[in-house]
Amino acid sequence: MKAAAFDYAVAKTVAEANALLGSNGATTAAIAGGQSLLPMLNLRVALPDLLVDIGRLEELKEIGATPTSIRIGALTTHAAIEDGKLPDDFGGLMQKVASKISYRAVRNHGTIGGSVALADPAADWPGCLLALGAQVRIAGRKGTRSQPIGEFVRGQYSTSLAADEIILGFDVPRPKAALRWGFFKVARKSGAFANSIAFAVSHSRGGPASVVLAAAADRPCLLSSVAERIKAGEESEHALRSVIAKDVAEHVPQNDAYLMRLHTSTVLRAVREVQAK
Amino acid sequence: MKSLTLELNGSKITYEVEPRETLADFLRERCRLTATHLGCEHGVCGACTVAVDGQATRSCLRLAIMCDGRSVRTLEGLEDDPTMEVLRRHFHQSHALQCGFCTPGMLMMGRDILLRMANPDAVTVRDQLSGQICRCTGYSGIVKAIVAAGRELGEADTSRSESSAQ
Repeated sequence: MKAAAFDYAVAKTVAEANALLGSNGATTAAIAGGQSLLPMLNLRVALPDLLVDIGRLEELKEIGATPTSIRIGALTTHAAIEDGKLPDDFGGLMQKVASKISYRAVRNHGTIGGSVALADPAADWPGCLLALGAQVRIAGRKGTRSQPIGEFVRGQYSTSLAADEIILGFDVPRPKAALRWGFFKVARKSGAFANSIAFAVSHSRGGPASVVLAAAADRPCLLSSVAERIKAGEESEHALRSVIAKDVAEHVPQNDAYLMRLHTSTVLRAVREVQAK
Repeated sequence: MKSLTLELNGSKITYEVEPRETLADFLRERCRLTATHLGCEHGVCGACTVAVDGQATRSCLRLAIMCDGRSVRTLEGLEDDPTMEVLRRHFHQSHALQCGFCTPGMLMMGRDILLRMANPDAVTVRDQLSGQICRCTGYSGIVKAIVAAGRELGEADTSRSESSAQ
C-alpha cells in the first residue's frame, strides 16, 4: 500500500502544467485533490513517472456567473459546493449531490474537475453535469477549447483530454425558470461508489427536461424517452416504468434482472421527485 | 528528495521528503507522531484523519509534499484544544473505545463534526461518521460520546450568549 517512486512538480501557471504534462517519453498525471489518484498510486494501479500538481492554479479556482451560465472552476471542492459556495441557480441540486459524495474528509480535497477528468462511471459529477447540460473548458498547449460534457466523457476512465490538457472548469447554463430536480442513488454503504444513480431535471412544467442514469453503463447516459414523458406530464407509474425500462435496456444492453429493477427504480424515484416539486 | 516546509502543530518545520511519501507516513516515520494510525492506506477506514489548514483530511490520501506551506494539526497538537477536551472526557465516560486503533481518527472527525455543526443528533453523527471504521464495532459508545460532547458545548454556547446579552 505504498506508492512506487515518481517525480513531482508544482505547476505555477496553466501553460507550465500543459508543458509538464506533455513531456515526451514520460508517463505523466495531473493531481488536484488526489482523492481518487492517491488510492490508485498507493495500490500501484497508477504508475506515473511525473506527477504534476495543478492544485495551486488560481485560474482553476474561479467561481462566477455570466448572464447565461454559472462558471465553476475545476478546483472547486465537493465540500465547497456542499457548503453552498456556488451561486445556487439549480435549486440546491449540486449542493445535495456534493453532500452525498464519499466522506467529508474526502470532500474537503476532492474536486469537481478531478472527478470529471477521471470519468469513473460510478462518479456523481459527470452525470449531474450532463443532466444540467454543462460545457467543459479545457486548456492545452494548442490553446483552450470547450466541449459538451456528453462528448467529453467517452467511456470508462476515458475522456477527450490529450496528455498535455487539463480541465479549467465548467460552464453550466443558468435555467430560465426555477429548476425542479430529482436525484436518487443506491450505494451499499453511505459514501461508497454507487451501484446506480439517477438525475432528473425539469426547466418549468412542459419545458425542457433531462434524465440521466449513471453507474450503469461505461458512462452516464441520457434517457431521452423518459425526459419526453416528464415534459408531457406523464403521471402513470405503469407507463413510466415501461418507458424507463425501454431506455435503460437501450443503454445497458447486458442487464440482469436485478440491475434492471435497480436502475428502473432509481430513475423512477428521481422522476417522482421532480413531479412532486 | 524535495524540501518540505510546513507548520506542524504550531511549529514551523522543514524536512527532506520523497515525493511518493504520504502525509501519514511523514507524520509517523519522520516526525514520530504516532497518534495518527494507518489502517487501510487507501482512504476507506479514516484512522489517519488529521486537519490540514483546519480541514479534516485523510493523511493517507495526501502526499506530504502537497502540504508545503500549509498548516497540519494532529491529535498530539490538540491537547489543549477546548473542543477536544470536552470530546475526550465524553469518550472516556461513554466507553467510546475498545482496542483504541480507530480512536485518533474518531476524535479528529468528532471534533470536525462539532466545529461544523451545533448540537448534532445521533442520526447526523452516524451519517457524518460513516467514513470512520471501528473494527471492534464500538459505534454506539462513539456516537453517544460525540452527541453528549455536542450537547455540552451547545449548552456552554447558549449560557455564554445569554450572559453576554445581559
